[in-house]
Amino acid sequence: MNGPIDTNSWQYRQINARAPGLSYLANALIDLVEDGYPVVAGTADLQYSNGLVRFAQRFPERFTQFGISEQNMVSAAAGMASTGAMPFVATFASFLALLCCEQIRTDVAYSALPVRLIGHHAGISLGFYGTSHHATEDLAIMRSIADLTVVAPADGPQLAAAVKASVNHAQPIYFRIGRGQEPVVYDDGVEFQFGKAIIHGEGSELTIIACGSMVHPSREAYRALRAAGKSVGLIDMHTIKPLDTKAVLSAAAHSRFILTIEEHNIVGGLGGAVAEILAEAGSPARLIRHGIRDEYSLIAPPTHLYKHYRLDAAGIEATVLEALG
Amino acid sequence: MANAPTPSNNALPPDAERIALLRDRAEFVRLETLRLIQIAKVGHYSSVFSCAEIFATLYYDAMRLRRGEPQWPDRDRFLMGKGHAAVGLYPLLVDWGFFSKDVLDGYTRLGNPLGDHPDMRKVPGVDFSSGSIGHALSGGLGMVLGGRAANRRFDVYVLLGDGEMQEGQVWEAALSAAHHKAGNLIAIVDRNGYQLDGQVDDIIGIEPLADKWAAFGWQVHEVDGHDVVALATLLRQLKAEADRTRPVCIIAKTSKGKGVGYMETEPGWHLGYLAPSDEALAAEEIKRGGKTQ
Repeated sequence: MNGPIDTNSWQYRQINARAPGLSYLANALIDLVEDGYPVVAGTADLQYSNGLVRFAQRFPERFTQFGISEQNMVSAAAGMASTGAMPFVATFASFLALLCCEQIRTDVAYSALPVRLIGHHAGISLGFYGTSHHATEDLAIMRSIADLTVVAPADGPQLAAAVKASVNHAQPIYFRIGRGQEPVVYDDGVEFQFGKAIIHGEGSELTIIACGSMVHPSREAYRALRAAGKSVGLIDMHTIKPLDTKAVLSAAAHSRFILTIEEHNIVGGLGGAVAEILAEAGSPARLIRHGIRDEYSLIAPPTHLYKHYRLDAAGIEATVLEALG
Repeated sequence: MANAPTPSNNALPPDAERIALLRDRAEFVRLETLRLIQIAKVGHYSSVFSCAEIFATLYYDAMRLRRGEPQWPDRDRFLMGKGHAAVGLYPLLVDWGFFSKDVLDGYTRLGNPLGDHPDMRKVPGVDFSSGSIGHALSGGLGMVLGGRAANRRFDVYVLLGDGEMQEGQVWEAALSAAHHKAGNLIAIVDRNGYQLDGQVDDIIGIEPLADKWAAFGWQVHEVDGHDVVALATLLRQLKAEADRTRPVCIIAKTSKGKGVGYMETEPGWHLGYLAPSDEALAAEEIKRGGKTQ
């Protein structure tokens, strides 16, 4: 019913070979079903891109292929959740957050149905596929929807931990993930708590607050700067909403600068969320938002784009050094 | 018809007592709609009047429900793409004991859960929130899939407006439901011919509608949407069918404003308000005509 699975295809093989991060999603969902949770999953013609093909193979009766009908998929996920199922539905972040925004607001969040929305290949990670496939607005859009939790895990292990933690989370969730090629930051089995940031270190000069795919390059930059004697801190703000305001204000109390790093427009996402907290608290720390500067990203292979937008470790390090003067 | 129906012969038509009940409940829907809109001072009278017999037949003949148990997991589900007709549904939910009449009587007042469009989180008995046209058929498909994954078998009825056929998501859902063999998904199109800006066929035409649904792989039936005997008989036959793999679309030919003559002939009544004296006259007309169908 869900169509044949071609295990000899290039797409199938690349899940392991090129995008190991993707297998964490399907494996975590398989574990949940085996633990007795009423998990069901679906996608819109992207089962190889998001790795859910593994789930479809393992539990075909719990998987729905919706074809290229993203809005239909999101409303149907709401219907599934209303019957007591725990649906995880996945498509490119650009389509999920922009095309299905109203279905997410009205059918999922307003109706308080515990749907788990997986927006994968977020940010500029689809590189030369172009602006239609880039999602540099999704955090801003999803963050403005009441009763929707917004999470951007840094890597596969953290994604798996967040997926597993979600079974005790009553609200619907938007998971923003990358393309599965992100270098690993955390070990398997890492702890995850919604709304509780992970503080890698504190610094009196500057604290980097990063999320999602930017945690790894930020940590590389953080390590290099610390090695060079700079007092720099690093926070992994994996939950964009509800934001860990305590962690933000604590960093602002001991750092001269707060630098947010996101693979997203600097408007409305992580940087915007942190700006709101700092401004309302009257914080003296100076905020620098680093990301896509309210423009449409160029087309290039992703690694070239990260370098161009200074979202790789060297670019982040240089941004910190410029701030510190 | 492009797609000949295959009704089962195992189902009996409704008896005289049931027919009387269905007509009475359709009249109740209309009279309560008049009364409730008197509170809000504006509402969708005519949109409810076109589907009053559909509401009555679903809630008093077709659907498996348990009095006072709006969350019974095996209940049949009802979703409304045309959520603006919810004012006609609320009195039936009270009648089923899902919430109290006191709540109904506070319709649209500050803090009351009952608004122009139904909210599943606030109103016991509402199975899916609506208001943005085009989502409900997908929601209903999701309920079928969720029930399937949990090994529960219930029927899912989705009432769609005919103007709603212009929404693209309806056809996404139509494709998927047929592909996934959602045989217990029953869409009912309230084909009253009107939408906010005028006649559906003048705005963006939707005919040949039966052929479209048939081409999407649905079992299609056309019925007089004010004939409770025809509606109940058809729904009973569908429930009794042995092979329920094809989703069902019932095109219910209806008259917008049915029961109040000038609403039927004047399309401007999509949204309106009757002054108390006019309301009394409308109620009289409904009582005269309501039981003759």
